Amino acid sequence: MSLRSPLSQARGLGSAKEGVGHWWMQRMTAIALIPLSLWFVFSVARFPLLDYATMIAWIKSPLVAVALVLYFAAMFYHAALGVQVVIEDYVGNEGVKLVSIVLSKFALFAFGAAAVFAVLKIALGA
Amino acid sequence: MSVKPATSNRPLSPFMIGPYYRPQLTSMLSITHRLTGLALAFGTIFLAAWVTAAATGPDAFGTFSAIAGSIVGKILLFAYTWALTYHLCNGIRHLVWDTGRGFELKAAYTSGYTVVGASIVLTVLTWVAAFAL
Ligand code: HEM
Repeated sequence: MSLRSPLSQARGLGSAKEGVGHWWMQRMTAIALIPLSLWFVFSVARFPLLDYATMIAWIKSPLVAVALVLYFAAMFYHAALGVQVVIEDYVGNEGVKLVSIVLSKFALFAFGAAAVFAVLKIALGA
Repeated sequence: MSVKPATSNRPLSPFMIGPYYRPQLTSMLSITHRLTGLALAFGTIFLAAWVTAAATGPDAFGTFSAIAGSIVGKILLFAYTWALTYHLCNGIRHLVWDTGRGFELKAAYTSGYTVVGASIVLTVLTWVAAFAL
């Protein structure tokens, strides 16, 4: 179902493009990030996070690995949605706006993929 | 849509705050939510570097640790902790608003002060835990 009027659909412009889905996912990822962020901050605060052996042992625990993957997935998704809104609010030129949004998404999804891959490599490695 | 917005020298958001618009707790917390969101978005690069260094090996991780453990690194980590706890607490405030609650002036101020207080408490608790445990 679309909440958009036929005219706005034809124009392909206006806040109702994919606004509801975007808004909803920003909220869903925000809710997921509440427990995940608290868990993450208090976990890494409890041990020397800059010690290699401690860190590897921590990530090798299956529950930690899964929680980290969920944390990174929610975080990078949430960040990509959020940064898009900020760009849309401040960049007036349509071309610059489009390029900025695409670049911000590429960058964030690349960092997200790197982070998730790193966790899996450690968790699954010998 | 058909009418072009007036290109007069009307101030654009957020630059109306200050000269034309009195700063208030509510507007300051709102812009801080946005600034911390952006800061956290940049912080994701740091998190990705952290786990990638660990996945690469002890040498790469040693380089990362040296940078993150330096004074500048620690200050940034501290700032990141506050940005995250502030954005988290104020994010909950946003989610409550999304249910249509908490918009009365008094409630908006009470929740605003609560968010500032809670973020400071959480940040201090985190760093106490980091040094004490
Ligand atoms: C952990 C990393 C996080 C990053 C990188 C991040 C990033 C962002 C960014 C860039 C925005 C857009 C800001 C704006 O439009 O003004 C945003 C908005 C938002 N964030 Fe986060 N955030 C994070 C965590 C959280 C958490 C834990 C919550 C918990 C509730 C949260 C709740 C929200 C909400 C509700 C919005 C929408 C605010 C609005 O409608 O203006 N975020 N976030």
